[in-house]
Amino acid sequence: MVNLQEKKGESAAMMEAHLSEGSAFDIRALWTLLEAVKDPEIPVLSLRDLGVLRDIQIVNNKVIITITPTYSGCPAMDTIRSDIKDVMSNAGYTNNEIVTALSPAWTTDWMTDNGKRKLEEFGIAAPAHTKTLKPVISCPRCRSVESILISEYGSTACKSMYKCNDCKEAFCYFKAI
Amino acid sequence: MSINTNEELVKQFAIRLGDDSLILGHRLSEWCRFGPFLEEDVALTNVALDYIGRTRMFYAYAAELSDGKQTEDDFAYLRDCREYQNFLIVELPKGDFAYTMAKQLIMDVFYYYYLDELCNSNDSTLAAIAGKAIKETKYHLRRSTDWILRLGDGTDESHGRLQVAFDALWGYTPELFEQDELEQKLVKQGIAVDTALLKSKWESRLKEILKEATIDTPINSWTVRGGRAGYHTEHLGHLLSELQYMQRSYPGQQW
Repeated sequence: MVNLQEKKGESAAMMEAHLSEGSAFDIRALWTLLEAVKDPEIPVLSLRDLGVLRDIQIVNNKVIITITPTYSGCPAMDTIRSDIKDVMSNAGYTNNEIVTALSPAWTTDWMTDNGKRKLEEFGIAAPAHTKTLKPVISCPRCRSVESILISEYGSTACKSMYKCNDCKEAFCYFKAI
Repeated sequence: MSINTNEELVKQFAIRLGDDSLILGHRLSEWCRFGPFLEEDVALTNVALDYIGRTRMFYAYAAELSDGKQTEDDFAYLRDCREYQNFLIVELPKGDFAYTMAKQLIMDVFYYYYLDELCNSNDSTLAAIAGKAIKETKYHLRRSTDWILRLGDGTDESHGRLQVAFDALWGYTPELFEQDELEQKLVKQGIAVDTALLKSKWESRLKEILKEATIDTPINSWTVRGGRAGYHTEHLGHLLSELQYMQRSYPGQQW
């Protein structure tokens, strides 16, 4: 056991020694690596898809990861932080820091197109752009635009509940904020 | 005034804002499994969660200003009534659904204008917290306005209960617009919000909603105040005994 840990420690040190300040290559690799961290409540969305992962920098061989919370009280944020730590240290990047930035405040407009597509496939209607005056919420199941709001809140703070008037199924809509 | 004392003022101010959110959020959380129907139960507790999250941001900032001597948990779990500085209105028992929604509307309209101003604070952390919180408040306000219209313009029973609720709460509202020396000092520095300037906006928006809901705006005939100075109603102690029970019984316990 001790040997294994020592080995892991060595490789981590080597890995970090290879990190070069502001290297575009290393930073791109880290963005790809962190694709593995998903929203614990919507496991098809990565942090990048959600717009929660804001920045990655390398300063003095240390990886600094900036994230921004979605909703103030979102309980997923604590899990997200520890998941990032796990993915980083398993890949050998033990020298890292997670910074939480509150400003500018997170908005669903930062969700990637890829993220929106995955969300729809998962059965959750994707958020409209926040500037849309009268958003049309279409059913992710049958694509009908005939839907009505059942409740402003769903199983999590980020969703509200709708019902499709055509296929009659209830579905969640990821609120635009 | 030295920088250190000023930091202490900002810290106290952040604690107050956290106190308001924590106590209001805790009261809402008491609706968990008592909501009038499932979706509403979920909605009330989600709003509670927004407030608890807001509390954590304010307390975390206050902890940062305490040079690592205190944590956000110390503020929430290890202070007694007299040290809490929240407005009295947020500690009042949850009452019936009409009473809770009336209280929420009063606070949502207040926060709508308050946070909008706090976004311009010279203190960048407070401004950032306000920038996040106001998005949620806009959502809360839309929901509480809908409910007030439905209840006020609903049955005789819902209308009657809502009118009783506003009458019972009205005397707690002047306190929202009064500021002690601490806040006045911070207003002068462009850090805190001058609430006196918000009062007329708050009043006219609220009156507009109440009129549409066929509810009479109560007359200012009595006022209760003291929350910011640590003088509370008898309800806060009971609330804290529940909120703080685990930490008081098992000091230092971690989740």
